[in-house]
Amino acid sequence: MKGAEALLKALEQHGVDVVFGHPGGAILPVYDALYDSPIKHVLVRHEQAGAHAADAYYRASGNVGVCFATSGPGATNLVTGLATAQMDSSAVVAVTGNVATNLIGTDAFQEADVYGITGPVTKHNYLVKDVADIPRVVAEAFHIAATGRPGPVLIDLPKDVQQAEFHGTFDVDIDLPGYRPTIVGNAKQVRKAADVIRKAERPVMMVGGGGQVASAEVMAFAAKTGIPVITTLMGIGAYPAGEPQALGMPGMHGTVTANRAITHCDLILGAGLRFDDRVTGKISRFAPDATVVHIDIDPAEISKLVKAHVPVVGDLRDVLPKLTAALEPLAIDAWWEQLDEWKGMYPERFKRDQPLVSQEVIQLLHEATGGDCVVTTEVGQHQMFSARLFPTTRPRTFITSGGLGTMGFGLPAAIGAAFARPGETVVCIAGDGSIQMNIQELATVYKHQLPIVIAILNNGVLGMVRQWQEMFSAKRYSEIYLADSNPDFAKLAQAYGLDGYNVFDREAAAKLVPEVLAKGKPALVNFFVYEAEKVFPMIPAGAGVDEMIVGDQEPENEPEVPA
Amino acid sequence: MSATKHVMSVTVRDRPGVLVRIAGLFARRGFNIESLSVAQSDDPGISRTTFVVTGEDATLEQVQKQLQKLIDVIKVIDHSEAKFIDRELMLIKVAVRTPDDRVEIRQIAQDFRARIVDVARHALVFEVTGDEGKMNAFITQMRDFGIVELIRTGRVALPRSETDKERLAAVQARAA
Repeated sequence: MKGAEALLKALEQHGVDVVFGHPGGAILPVYDALYDSPIKHVLVRHEQAGAHAADAYYRASGNVGVCFATSGPGATNLVTGLATAQMDSSAVVAVTGNVATNLIGTDAFQEADVYGITGPVTKHNYLVKDVADIPRVVAEAFHIAATGRPGPVLIDLPKDVQQAEFHGTFDVDIDLPGYRPTIVGNAKQVRKAADVIRKAERPVMMVGGGGQVASAEVMAFAAKTGIPVITTLMGIGAYPAGEPQALGMPGMHGTVTANRAITHCDLILGAGLRFDDRVTGKISRFAPDATVVHIDIDPAEISKLVKAHVPVVGDLRDVLPKLTAALEPLAIDAWWEQLDEWKGMYPERFKRDQPLVSQEVIQLLHEATGGDCVVTTEVGQHQMFSARLFPTTRPRTFITSGGLGTMGFGLPAAIGAAFARPGETVVCIAGDGSIQMNIQELATVYKHQLPIVIAILNNGVLGMVRQWQEMFSAKRYSEIYLADSNPDFAKLAQAYGLDGYNVFDREAAAKLVPEVLAKGKPALVNFFVYEAEKVFPMIPAGAGVDEMIVGDQEPENEPEVPA
Repeated sequence: MSATKHVMSVTVRDRPGVLVRIAGLFARRGFNIESLSVAQSDDPGISRTTFVVTGEDATLEQVQKQLQKLIDVIKVIDHSEAKFIDRELMLIKVAVRTPDDRVEIRQIAQDFRARIVDVARHALVFEVTGDEGKMNAFITQMRDFGIVELIRTGRVALPRSETDKERLAAVQARAA
């Protein structure tokens, strides 16, 4: 058995059934071995897409996503995907070929210092020099990727190591003395947390990406205590948006109710989140009156940005049930009265004074699916609209690049999600800017006939950039205009073999959306939407959560609102 | 908040690139490493590094946590939290112009317990060990004569025995 076969056997051992990748010279032995392997390989058309697909595969299924790339440019193309996975704590194992060990460091053809380049964007990485190490390295990579705070791990495998004869064993022990994630929350800290929650008069729970693995625990805690629940962009689906206790998304484009709740609460229970700057705005104005209880599996996130008064390091699946058991229903009726008033005052609203606007397309998609599907998004205005108007109801079904904000993520992510959840419809909501960053993956969608419906909200501009330039750069629109040189997206889709449609008004949209979704086959629908639509509310970058610009979310009848 | 100097010991697995990972972390957080020393420990495969860095306490706490997250990092100790001993070693080549200079230089060196390790007609090389203050004082003294060149190892540090009772007990138990 060669090293390449040993790699595939080790991957099989870890339950890998699908790999997203692209071959090339330095990884040829692995691709040769793949020929006889039961592992399914999905040929992406760009390595970045392979990394995103593997990332989304994990996000949608909870099983580690795997991608392959060759040395040099193949590997450097993975970097954006790895950084995306790292920021959003997604378990990916990437395997890259490298030039033979005797050529490393000689500027050989397609050589790059992948070990050096990927160090800062992975949880850990390996350069394997001895073929006998392959099973142990793979075992460690899967362990590191999937446990504790998940993240990407890269294995760089020189070509001669892939070709070397393997005589080792697959019965390996992992050897990681420096890696011991804390799973069980400290009992004293849990008790302290319960004490402060019990005393709170205006508590809120904020659930982040960590909630995706602990949805049942979050729901049980919320049900027993009656606490209001805010879900961050990464936490969407961890607590169903339709529940009466749900306040929606916080932060820069969060709901008025969620942001008001943060400003006025006396306790924040942060669960599996890292208080990203898009959530907190200016830290000094974030939840000024609140006692902060912060539960996270990563001790480095505690008090990194928002000072935690009661830190609890541990897995939500361990800590939340203990808190649930320790607490009785909270007496917070007055707080709920206030929250319900805000909720009633600020429902999601938008104007329909144009032939078609982004928000109504997203609402149509939401209605046609009942929210019971997998949503992936690109990055920009459509992403924020989707987070607010298309929050899915189950965990692991709203897949978006939150931390890194990677344009080009949504389409390959839809591919990864489709493989992770066969039989489910995947809706990829995109902008006309970001879809073009990995548009070549239409070929992959076609090849595998994946049930992906791509909805392009085509406003002819880079919408979020346009919004910032309109609001903060005195309408000096700089390099945002796309409409004069956009392709005909419907024709483009057709050229790739997909069903492609152009939609110009709300009547056509209302008719087409349910039809396309009912077909269950790959399609791209290009909706021409109003160019100057803006995402509101908005907290300008660096401003406080209480300095929200409400914009078109303003109530029609000006009510008395506490500051 | 003000920046303070921290001496940190980081126990790491002896793996290629581990130093790059640590240095990268410091760089990303905007820390200047003032001194750094790395060498094997008494455990095969384990190295012990000592860093001297300056920064605000909150940020250094974050660095400590981030270091701990590195898979190849086994243990991080910020010595500023307890009593510790630190030493460094310096080799310094001092110009000798006159016989009087030679006598005076040797006298000062004796006061500092610096050892002569190389003698030439126009220069002397000393080996000096001690804490940072002693190094700096010796350098100041030698400057008047003319320093040809010098090299310092950077600091190494250990916690004082009284602050490290657990470890001591463990070793004694093993020996017994």
